[in-house]
Amino acid sequence: MTLQTPVAKAQTTAPRYVTPRRRVIGLVLAAALLAAMCVASLAIGTENVTLSTVWHALTDYRDSGDQWIVHDLRIPRTVLALLVGLALGLSGTLIQAVGRNPLGDSDILGISSGAGLFVVCAIAFFGLTGIWTYIWFAFAGALFAMVLVYLIGLTGRATVTPVRVLLAGVAVAAVLDGIGFAVRLRYPRAFDNMRFWDAGALDGRGLEVAAAIAPFIAVGVVLCMIVGRSLNVTALGDDLAKSMGGNVARTQALSLIAVTLLAGAATAGAGPIGFVGLMVPHAVRPFTGPDWRWILAYATAVAPALLLVSDIVGRVVIRPAELPAGIVTAFLGAPVLIWLIRKRGADRS
Amino acid sequence: MTITSNRSDHVDFGRRQCVIRLGAMSARASWRAIVVVTSLLAGALVIAVVAVGIGKYTVAPADVLGVLLGTNTSFDRVVVVEWRMPRMLMALLVGAALGVSGAIFQALTRNPLGSPDIIGINYGAYTGALVAITSFGVGYYTVAAGALLGGLVTAVVVYALSYRNGLAGYRLIVVGIGVSAVLNSVNQWVVIKLDLHTAVTASVWQQGTLNGLSWAQVLPMTVCLTVATLALVALGPQLPVLQMGDDAAGALGVQPDRARLAYLVVGVGLIALACAAAGPISFIALAAPQLARRLTASPGVGLVPSAVMGAVLLLVSDVVAQQLVTGSELPVGSVTGSLGGAYLVYLLVVQARRR
Repeated sequence: MTLQTPVAKAQTTAPRYVTPRRRVIGLVLAAALLAAMCVASLAIGTENVTLSTVWHALTDYRDSGDQWIVHDLRIPRTVLALLVGLALGLSGTLIQAVGRNPLGDSDILGISSGAGLFVVCAIAFFGLTGIWTYIWFAFAGALFAMVLVYLIGLTGRATVTPVRVLLAGVAVAAVLDGIGFAVRLRYPRAFDNMRFWDAGALDGRGLEVAAAIAPFIAVGVVLCMIVGRSLNVTALGDDLAKSMGGNVARTQALSLIAVTLLAGAATAGAGPIGFVGLMVPHAVRPFTGPDWRWILAYATAVAPALLLVSDIVGRVVIRPAELPAGIVTAFLGAPVLIWLIRKRGADRS
Repeated sequence: MTITSNRSDHVDFGRRQCVIRLGAMSARASWRAIVVVTSLLAGALVIAVVAVGIGKYTVAPADVLGVLLGTNTSFDRVVVVEWRMPRMLMALLVGAALGVSGAIFQALTRNPLGSPDIIGINYGAYTGALVAITSFGVGYYTVAAGALLGGLVTAVVVYALSYRNGLAGYRLIVVGIGVSAVLNSVNQWVVIKLDLHTAVTASVWQQGTLNGLSWAQVLPMTVCLTVATLALVALGPQLPVLQMGDDAAGALGVQPDRARLAYLVVGVGLIALACAAAGPISFIALAAPQLARRLTASPGVGLVPSAVMGAVLLLVSDVVAQQLVTGSELPVGSVTGSLGGAYLVYLLVVQARRR
């Protein structure tokens, strides 16, 4: 009886028919959803714009009517959301794959807090206000926090348990956020127009920010493509992966670089946004099955769509004021965390 | 009132105990705990006297003592009594409430991480307080009632969501983290929607702050705390028994479910009081009982040492917050967040090493 239970469980939870066709159709649907969300993001807001105006603003822009809203405000915002969403989704997937930790993403594990603190310090102490200068601090901070969290999570044990890493992330984030808050209060003038550090907001950031983070995210995407195949082997565990010819250390190192670039760029672009990276891999698995390459592919479409939805919801719920996207993603994503921990049986910890 | 040391007693507690008898009531405490609590109180007094004199208008500690004894009636008196003393007293009261609440929750969950600020109770209380402010207006008792209701609902939700063939510690904590995130979003939404304050003030209050507290809040807080203390005295020494597990507690004449419910209400009540006064200050409830337990070298978390420890911790944190960033007011919650986060890191490392 005790032997049969896990098998029966695995059979019921595994998706029944994850055929190649289903994967492709799902990916096409996800891309269509993303396109629809882009259009919605251009049209919906404090001031709703008609679809024809959106079309004209995109095809032949004239400074008339509401076209400037689309051109000056919504396009930069949508582009930024696409890039940041992509970075969040891929970094969350990598964290969950390489860390073998279903409870992880760049925000919950304190990585964005590290990036945020370093950027805040760069602005406050060195007077660096251009994104091209402080983005390097974001990468350093992301790496610093990630190493710290895993060192704490690893102490005293051969294997890392997800909950311990999660707690380490919460603790490190509390420390770093507290320090960052103090620094920001100390230098309020340096942060007048950096409201987004509080809760991850996408508005008012301009295309130059998107242009600055885009190359780093592109490198991150390439790294994801390189490690994608070895993630499946790594998921089997260190020993089995080695015996199957996988190079675990290389996969981990490349993933570490990729997560640093992706999470750092996302935080530098939009502040701390949580739970997108947590949700996406779990949400797409019914369509992809356990293959990490497909999960990464899906994440490139689903994560930006999710961030766009959150941003649109944030614009609509308290018109004319706006709710930062990070608050909406936390509201949508935290129940997923609760569901995940409830789903995992009491036999594992 | 008689105090007896039980060195020649029949029960060997492994350390020197003393029994205090007052009429029909009695309490037992280890001498070490009494020494620790007394010295913490003395330390708090010294810190309070020194800290009350620090600020833009400096008052020497001797002059502060003069004000307290009634001999100094100069402008110092206004500064100390009217400006700074309420905040100091509130730090002590709120800290004590947080410490006791943390001790109760940690004892009930038998887990140092089961404290109300980790599992989201204080965010729920804060949500309740916000809702009360927006629907019924500002008033200490309405806000406190709202916070109490919010905290209770959150406690029930967190327990219901994490209950599944028993209450595994890690599941409670992760569910609590998730619930905290949702409530945090809701709180931000309410604050932005109603434009209660400017953006900065709102984010300061959301961290938990003692800024702007006056004598008007001290009295109701004292009344409510007294009620909670009386409730705890009436419950008697059931908490250490509960920590032994339900079977042992039942065998020793404690009804586990009833006792747990009663303690839960008091624990949520205390955190709600603190929240209504100062917002969701984090990590005092986590750290105070554990630090007190280590200092007193006691087997479980004790209520009185936790209360004193919480008061000292919040007082020190508030002094640090005021001194760290002069000019703009750093919320004490951001200091306790950093210190408490570091303590949580330490706790995780120590727990891992022990296994």
